[in-house]
Amino acid sequence: MSGPLRAQLGAELRILVRNGEQLLLTIIIPVLVLVFFGLTDVLPSDLDDHMDFLTPGVVALAIMSTSMVSLGIATGFERNYKVLKRLGVTPLGRPRWLVAKTLTVMVVEVVQLALLVPIALALDWNADDARWLLALGAVGAGTIAFAGLGLFIAGRLRAEVNLAAQNGLYIVLLLLGGMVVPFDELPGGLEAVAKFLPSGALADVLRDALVGAGSQPDTSWIVLGAWAIAAPVAAALTFRWE
Amino acid sequence: MTTDVSPSFRGTRLASKDIENVVEVDGLVVRYGRGDRAVTAVDGVSFTARAGQVTAVLGPNGAGKTSTIEVCEGLRRRTTGTVRVLGLDPAGSRADRAALHRRVGVMLQEGGIYPSARPIDTVRQYCGIHSGSATSSPDELLDLVGLTDRRRTPWRRLSGGEKQRLSLALALTSRPDVVFLDEPTSGVDVNGRDTIRSIIRSLTERGCGVILATHELDEAERIADRVVIFDRGKVLVEGTLDDVRKARQAVRLRTIRPLPLPDMPASIADWLHEVEPGHYTIEDAPQGLVAALAVWLSEHGIDVIELRAGVASLEDVFKKLTGGEP
Repeated sequence: MSGPLRAQLGAELRILVRNGEQLLLTIIIPVLVLVFFGLTDVLPSDLDDHMDFLTPGVVALAIMSTSMVSLGIATGFERNYKVLKRLGVTPLGRPRWLVAKTLTVMVVEVVQLALLVPIALALDWNADDARWLLALGAVGAGTIAFAGLGLFIAGRLRAEVNLAAQNGLYIVLLLLGGMVVPFDELPGGLEAVAKFLPSGALADVLRDALVGAGSQPDTSWIVLGAWAIAAPVAAALTFRWE
Repeated sequence: MTTDVSPSFRGTRLASKDIENVVEVDGLVVRYGRGDRAVTAVDGVSFTARAGQVTAVLGPNGAGKTSTIEVCEGLRRRTTGTVRVLGLDPAGSRADRAALHRRVGVMLQEGGIYPSARPIDTVRQYCGIHSGSATSSPDELLDLVGLTDRRRTPWRRLSGGEKQRLSLALALTSRPDVVFLDEPTSGVDVNGRDTIRSIIRSLTERGCGVILATHELDEAERIADRVVIFDRGKVLVEGTLDDVRKARQAVRLRTIRPLPLPDMPASIADWLHEVEPGHYTIEDAPQGLVAALAVWLSEHGIDVIELRAGVASLEDVFKKLTGGEP
């Protein structure tokens, strides 16, 4: 790893650790959701074991929290504080800045998975049928899709508007994304829409990979792939560094 | 507060000392927007900045200073014109831009640092980013700008002057050959100003070219070798500080109460230019005029605050050229 990239990655991780709200969003909320609904079994799932529904949904929620909301909010404020403008006149360069951001997201996701999977297992989730490589592929595709979406929003709006937009979208995608509310519990029109949202597609392919219970995994892979291409392209075309 | 520049920072003269003009701007035009909404921020600007000198870029708000400097820094695209920094095009090839990023120091007017970041971490980050060219250590740089005691204080809790000094430290991490400083002394206390002037002097002593955009004419007058005055997107005057001031030999008169100009002899009143009530200047005064004025003021019991003949102050020149405040 080059010196500039190492320096920027270190700075990104230090800033992340110092921002309590980011840790709340990326670590504490997913863990609380997993523990609360894991212990209470109140989710309206058709699956025999409610942990089979909950675990993939919470992993999808964690990925969305990190790669879209946390990344998007931080980037929006960095534009606002002219951090990106300042870095633009250094040897770091935009590609290395993007790599540093990507690696930061990956580090957080590793921590998330290292916490969520053991907690789910402790709550009696049975991972015998999990296809881990497929699940990691889903996490990768979901990360790209959500990061593109987060940067697309962050790259155009003022920091405060971006903050509201990211949080608002987070709630909408959480409720409509098949993460904690099954698709078939949604009203008819919303169910059709939800399956084409990146959150719904990610939750579905993760549910297929981890417990073999996806509702339409092939379609969901196509939907997720389309988001993983379209969102970063849109972000790249519209992003304003200042 | 540190005011002495450490020997290790001074270092040796630059390898690029043979480049006389570190910045060359020729016919620069910058337009924003398109069609009917297009605004010309910079309109055919030309000037040079030299190695080992401080070039002060002055002008009222909206004069085009920041747009011009940001084009030189590579942060903004030009519409037309030629810009060379250290002989390289800031909007040129990737290799040109990469070379410039290693050799150019930039201090933004404000911001550029994450509020929760601490000075020591931020300087370490920038030293790491400049790992190929940084020769000063983070601790040396913080000592240089007098922030050693505040090294672990988050940026948002630093005073305005401390933020400026940290921003200056970041501009110096690469041991630059040319430095762009945007309002470096804004909000900085007296001791902090001494530190910044000392650093700027040390930069020019080792051959670095310093381009200083400022509203503070007193500050520019103290440290600038050359002056470029902007107004409405154009350069009104460019030259050494002495040349610019001498070109406008002036008598400066300040009185407690406004002068009764209609009651004064035309041979005196016609020469008086009223900057504001109680503040007058006379340019290119003929021999004997100042003596006649002094006698008339004395005879009519007018209390004088200042009657000074000689070269104009930079403020006088600036107001004369731009018709307003910086």
